[in-house]
Amino acid sequence: MRRLLLGLLLSATMLSSPVLAETPANTLVVAKNIDDIVTMDPAEIYELSNSEVAVNVYDRLMGLEIGDMANVAPKVAESYSVSEDGKVFTFRLKPDIKFHSGNPLTAEDVEFSLERVILLNLTPAYLFQALGWNQENVKDMVKVIDPLTLEFTVSEKYAPTYVLNLMSTVTSSIVDKKEALAHEKDGDMGHDWLKTNSAGSGAYSMRSWKANESVIMEANPDFRLGSPKIERVIIRHIPEGSAQRLLIEKGDVDIARNLTPDQIAGIAGNSDVVVETYPKATVYYLGLSQKVEVLRNPKVQEALRWLIDYQGMVDTFLKGQMKVHQAFWPSGFFASLEDTPYRLDVAKAKALLAEAGYPDGFKIQFDIANTQPYTAIAQSIQSTFGEAGIEVTINSAEVKQALTKYRARQQEMIYMYWGPDYLDPNANADSFASNPDNSDNSPSKPLAWRNSWDIPDITAETRAALQESDTEKRRQMYLDLQAKLQKSGPFINMFQESEQTVMRKNVKGFFSGPNADLVFYREVSK
Amino acid sequence: MVLNGGRGGGHHRLLVSGVAYELLRFAAMLALTLLGLIFITFLIGRVVPIDPVLAVVGDRASAETYARVREELGIDLPIHQQFWLYLGKVVQGDFGTSVITSQTVLHDLRQYFPATLELATAATLIGVLAGVPMGVIAATHRGRWIDHVTRIVGLVGYSMPVFWMGMVGLLVLYSWLDLVSGPGRLDIAYDGLVEPVTGLLTVDSALSGDWDVFRNALSHLVLPAGLLGYLTLAYISRMTRSFMLGQLNQEYILTARAKGVPERRVVWRHALGNIMVPLITVIALSYASLLEGAVLTETVFAWPGLGLYITRSLFNADMNAVLGGTLLIGAIFVCLNVFCDMLYRLLDPRART
Repeated sequence: MRRLLLGLLLSATMLSSPVLAETPANTLVVAKNIDDIVTMDPAEIYELSNSEVAVNVYDRLMGLEIGDMANVAPKVAESYSVSEDGKVFTFRLKPDIKFHSGNPLTAEDVEFSLERVILLNLTPAYLFQALGWNQENVKDMVKVIDPLTLEFTVSEKYAPTYVLNLMSTVTSSIVDKKEALAHEKDGDMGHDWLKTNSAGSGAYSMRSWKANESVIMEANPDFRLGSPKIERVIIRHIPEGSAQRLLIEKGDVDIARNLTPDQIAGIAGNSDVVVETYPKATVYYLGLSQKVEVLRNPKVQEALRWLIDYQGMVDTFLKGQMKVHQAFWPSGFFASLEDTPYRLDVAKAKALLAEAGYPDGFKIQFDIANTQPYTAIAQSIQSTFGEAGIEVTINSAEVKQALTKYRARQQEMIYMYWGPDYLDPNANADSFASNPDNSDNSPSKPLAWRNSWDIPDITAETRAALQESDTEKRRQMYLDLQAKLQKSGPFINMFQESEQTVMRKNVKGFFSGPNADLVFYREVSK
Repeated sequence: MVLNGGRGGGHHRLLVSGVAYELLRFAAMLALTLLGLIFITFLIGRVVPIDPVLAVVGDRASAETYARVREELGIDLPIHQQFWLYLGKVVQGDFGTSVITSQTVLHDLRQYFPATLELATAATLIGVLAGVPMGVIAATHRGRWIDHVTRIVGLVGYSMPVFWMGMVGLLVLYSWLDLVSGPGRLDIAYDGLVEPVTGLLTVDSALSGDWDVFRNALSHLVLPAGLLGYLTLAYISRMTRSFMLGQLNQEYILTARAKGVPERRVVWRHALGNIMVPLITVIALSYASLLEGAVLTETVFAWPGLGLYITRSLFNADMNAVLGGTLLIGAIFVCLNVFCDMLYRLLDPRART
């Protein structure tokens, strides 16, 4: 019997001796958790992993390019102009750009792509609806002037950088109109087909997306900025960081994207791999619902700001993954507020609580996602709050479940993240510092609303900043807003994210910008 | 002649009506089970505290977009109406579209189930081929060292977290010793070389005679299948042992031994033959539970199977996918049940009515 078992085992392992682990020279293999992808249609894309594919597959009017992450520059556009009243934007397109299908890219394609976002009315439609576009008027607002000139109108005067930033989002990706319409079903403008196929003009074309398995991209030799260096990019769905670690150490993948800080620490001695850190724009905050009486008290709010061990967490289990950042707009961009005035100071917090009339603390419910590092963060907060007598009950749940509760305003205190949709401060101000309608039936649910923070004055300030066309004045307005929210209100901004990426030593040229839709593969070589 | 013919015809009719009855019984059982499953899963879908619209439109969509999707999903309708609508579609073979993969649920199940089937079948083969003999030997050598070894093997299989064993297995056999391939079903160099027929990569590659792909698929399969096979083995060997012990005390065994029947025959034929019915039930149940998909194993080994698919769908309140997956599992259970029933009759004369 034992001999039989041993024989079976031996023959199985001999039969299956794998080929030498090495990825093909013309292929980049990336290990990543891609279970967030639900669609590949740019008019619907909203998650991180598919944004990352889209920026490599589709081109846009405007955008950020490797080398300058601060200023939006023309991509497919050659030049642009804004009318005196700030409402009409005209784009001149570069000639001779071709889609993967071979069709030329013209103003008609741009018009089609922008309009279908509004007409399909999918998740990211709100970005363009903010420009005053809707299903009735969008055909009049967006117009083709000639094959290489596109013009659109916005309903009000906005800061031009805000509008140009919108034209650099994934949502503004330019889709091949002919190709999309060739696959149209029941007037869906190719939506059903584009969910799992691509029709772009980017550095890569998407060969396949298999949910929970892989995304495969092929180089586009005719790309506007020249052929990508590597012929094929394969993103493999490897959900577990520890499995990713084994694969990268072995050389079965070239890049691993989801290692935890302790896994990163574990490979520090391996000279075959290098770790790169890329700052991201996602911010993490504690939200205090203003429905809860004690959390409305400004002294209590301040006390809580002094009861978080920001640096302690960043130095230990968040090492390399987060940095302390205490304003709602991330650091490193236009109008960033870099001050970090708060640190753990229990004595000060206790004094503030006593002044507020809560010398013995109070009880509070705390909602948080049930994965790492959230649970560790929750425990740290529970323990430091506890030092001042505040009894925290942690409710950890699936992130969508916590979000459902948050959107129904049923939470007391919550720890959540916010990533800007575009890199203009309005992307965050519009949610943290704006609440046009605090009623339960409000059509929009910005973060201020979710925390029941009724702020007509601050909402007006945010609106004014959005419409200010003098850049210097505008910067100051956002700095003031951030300083105001840093001192009072329901948001305790705690951290800003960094991505740690592990690469084989021979991989060069990978670039991961501050947002998911700024991850470029075209410069990669190995 | 006439009599004969008459009798023969009568017997034939009886047989036909017997088969028809069995088929009817099977169909009724299947329909009832699935109906019950749909109903319960539907209710669960309603109490899951996750907004299904969120999975479709995300966190920031406008009120307009949100309302449109809510209406499209039919969530505003009363639950009994939703239930009948869904049922009507299922009867026509339409299981709807998964919101998180953008594919029809049928397409998804065709893609994910074969991965699970391959893993579960390999694991069950390992578990049965090794577990049954181990259990028998442990029972006949009760209290001796081989019995203890079997018990320890079983205990380890029961108590070690499969997640941890998977990681250690990968570390040792893949990372250090290079004996097997890493996570995933194939190396990327072999991906897409073989036309899917059954979806089982080992079978498809063997069918097309592509032995490089076969070896690679096998080298990916060995570790997760070995691991799940080990867990199955732990269970099956323990059950076999206890069933065998129950038989070996029986008088007919004593009689057989007294008659001078060789011990080997007594054990492997008489005793084992008599525990076949409960043993098959145990094996079928463990096979069925593997076919549900092993979420943790699938996670560690990046194995795109049914377990991950259903779990992820549930966390996103993607009810079409959850219902489709649940129905598939329900159907598997019913079919395995019927299969066992038929095997019993074949094996146990008392079960033939």
